[in-house]
Amino acid sequence: MENYRAYFTGVGGQGILLATMVLAEAAVCEGHNTLTSEVHGMAQRGGVVESTVVIGNIESPIISNGEADVLLGFEPVETYRTMKKCSADSAVISNSVPIIPYAVAIGKGPYPNAENLFDLIRSRVKQLITLNAQALAEQAGSMLAANIVMLGALARSGVLPISREAFEETIRTRTKVKFVETNLRAFELGFAAL
Amino acid sequence: MHPLLTKEVGKKLLLLGNEAIVRGALEAGVAFATTYPGTPASEIGDNFFRIATESELYFEYSTNEKVALETAAGAAVSGIRAMCSMKHVGLNVAADPLMTLAYVGVRGGMVIVTADDPSMFSSQNEQDNRIYARLSNLPMLEPASAQEAKEMTEAAFEISEALELPVLLRTTTRLSHCRGIVTTGLLKPPETRGAFEKESCRFVAVPASARVRHKVLLSQNEKAREMACTSLFNTITGKGRWGIATSGIAYNYVADAIKDLGIQDRVKVLKLGFTYPFPEKLTAEFIRSVEKILVVEELEPILEDNLKVTAQTNGLAIPIAGKDPELFSRLYEYDPGMVREVIARFFELDYTSPEPVDIKENPEAVQVPMRPPNLCAGCPHRATYYAVTSVLREAHTEAVFPSDIGCYTLGLLPPLQTADFVICMGSSVSSAAGMSRAIDKRVIAFIGDSTFFHSGITGLINAVHNRHNFILVILDTGTTAMTGHQPHPGVEITLPGWDKLYISIEAIVRACGVEQVAVVNPTNLAETKVAVKEALESNRLSVIVAKAPCPLYEARMLGKKKKEAFVVGPECNMDCTECIDTFGCPALYKNTAPDAKTTMIINENLCIGCGVCAQFCKKIRAEKV
Repeated sequence: MENYRAYFTGVGGQGILLATMVLAEAAVCEGHNTLTSEVHGMAQRGGVVESTVVIGNIESPIISNGEADVLLGFEPVETYRTMKKCSADSAVISNSVPIIPYAVAIGKGPYPNAENLFDLIRSRVKQLITLNAQALAEQAGSMLAANIVMLGALARSGVLPISREAFEETIRTRTKVKFVETNLRAFELGFAAL
Repeated sequence: MHPLLTKEVGKKLLLLGNEAIVRGALEAGVAFATTYPGTPASEIGDNFFRIATESELYFEYSTNEKVALETAAGAAVSGIRAMCSMKHVGLNVAADPLMTLAYVGVRGGMVIVTADDPSMFSSQNEQDNRIYARLSNLPMLEPASAQEAKEMTEAAFEISEALELPVLLRTTTRLSHCRGIVTTGLLKPPETRGAFEKESCRFVAVPASARVRHKVLLSQNEKAREMACTSLFNTITGKGRWGIATSGIAYNYVADAIKDLGIQDRVKVLKLGFTYPFPEKLTAEFIRSVEKILVVEELEPILEDNLKVTAQTNGLAIPIAGKDPELFSRLYEYDPGMVREVIARFFELDYTSPEPVDIKENPEAVQVPMRPPNLCAGCPHRATYYAVTSVLREAHTEAVFPSDIGCYTLGLLPPLQTADFVICMGSSVSSAAGMSRAIDKRVIAFIGDSTFFHSGITGLINAVHNRHNFILVILDTGTTAMTGHQPHPGVEITLPGWDKLYISIEAIVRACGVEQVAVVNPTNLAETKVAVKEALESNRLSVIVAKAPCPLYEARMLGKKKKEAFVVGPECNMDCTECIDTFGCPALYKNTAPDAKTTMIINENLCIGCGVCAQFCKKIRAEKV
């Protein structure tokens, strides 16, 4: 089979590592050789969190610049900052809701216009999908499920060889029992958002 | 049941490198495990911690790495299998026992995990701990994947028992924190009871016995070298006249590059997993079979130097290169694309790498704000720092702040700027002592609770004894917060069934001989400022214990929810930004909404209701939730 590389980026507290785990387990569930890499340590302190999932005949768990097939950005500025991982052939899926960096919050410099960032991204890659993952997560029943909304959008994009059923099965078996229903709704809403 | 305790054989689990190490140890029947938490090694201890509650295994978070190593050594010399894990700099702390434990050896298998951090994702340096194998003459294994992490851990116990020596297992952040598919093997029930057979001419390292034991170590070292030459972890694969030598995580980048460049028929790969003692015979065979060799290893040129020595010893004169301004750097971790490019350049292959999107080339020249990590909203460290800096401001006094390793190191960032000197665990206390003798400004040192237990106490005794004069603030959040809320001897919020004894930091400080001691709750600003003022006014060593639980830990353990929300009143319309200029809680920010009625605003989702801001600004007030 072909090789696939997915890069995740966002801000600590957005559930990026859980989304990474669900995608990786779903890939394993489909019978694919799968690797992930994660950077731990700053996840709860408002810093940037990045992770990878690689699928196929690949042994390196990390992704070099220009080599991501898909970039999942959980925050507009972080999506933009991580564009170097993409090439003209990449697909980008980004949450459209900004999380204001502290420097901006205290008035040291502006937060760039997200639509403007998306235009710049759109002109440089094969495909850009943006969605308000936060609103959809709230609609699903919990703001915390924005990460699963993003996976719904990823599944719908068809960039990776992983079926909707594999994601749903993984959500059922790998996320906390009391959140399974919310997560499945969040996945569905992300899937339907495109 | 803990997933790593599954009895199913042949089950495929997607495991972190660190989890694979734990599974490997369980399959080897490990009976005893110790650690001091540190990224990227922490998950090893954290998994053992949970597993110990449902198995025969004994596990402890020790107070520091030296203690952890000595404790595990005590179990191993008594004949039971023991593992001790730590981050790379932890092995510096444990280096003293390590060097002589190598002389006396062990009876039960003992594996010491050192997790290095190239690129320093969460460390103060990127030292290459492969050098410790050479320094101590102990065997070292370096896995390249999660599956190998499991297999090598299991093998390390066997090697350890065969040689009666502790074995080092070295990972890096990428290996510890990558997930890969691991196939389970048979779990071996631990043998938890051993016996210490006295043998003072071996186990009591006095000069007479050490002279004998050094000789034994060197002879075991030669046996280990034979094992390395025939080890299944050391392989020569592929065909062709080009050679690549590699080990650890870099092997994966080499394997992918060979496929990407389509040079499978032109290159042989020497992949080393059992890297010390260096397998000279195998390497000489490899050198003889190729025309030129590229060595791919992160950090120091250890394989490279060994290859060059082997070539010289065997009278072989082919080009061997690795660290070179044109090839590989001794800095930071590598990545697959970079390794592929260097391989292409070294073997003169035509290759164009994929072109990354360059956001710097945009017509609008968009500036992207940085997002450094920050102390959490409601973190009591911020309150302590605020109390100290505001007292200093009011007293028109300047101070220098030696700090230490933990969440609170983030105090170095504006607006608090309360970290001026940090090198290692415990250095705050002792460096404060030195500074206080050398400079005229006041010296105020900060150390966390877990770090104080780790290596602050000896420095404090030294400071009292030598009559050094500074203020030490112990930031006591009741947990090892930075690495994921591991317990320490001063932990008060614990899970049911916790049977360890509580040790009071205040009692230790007093027992060290400190006479001026204050214990304050930093979220009570007035009380804390009084303690800081008193400490500043006194002309002797004083200690302030700023004690308030880490809110994240408290919320997780006790399910504590916020009782009050804080809002900015309408009178906050004077363009006053003192709160963000001096306090800097991420929940407080400038109101830039077009219809903004107040200068500042509080993010209700981030605010945990600690109420510290309302104590210094009357425009902020509480509302019932």
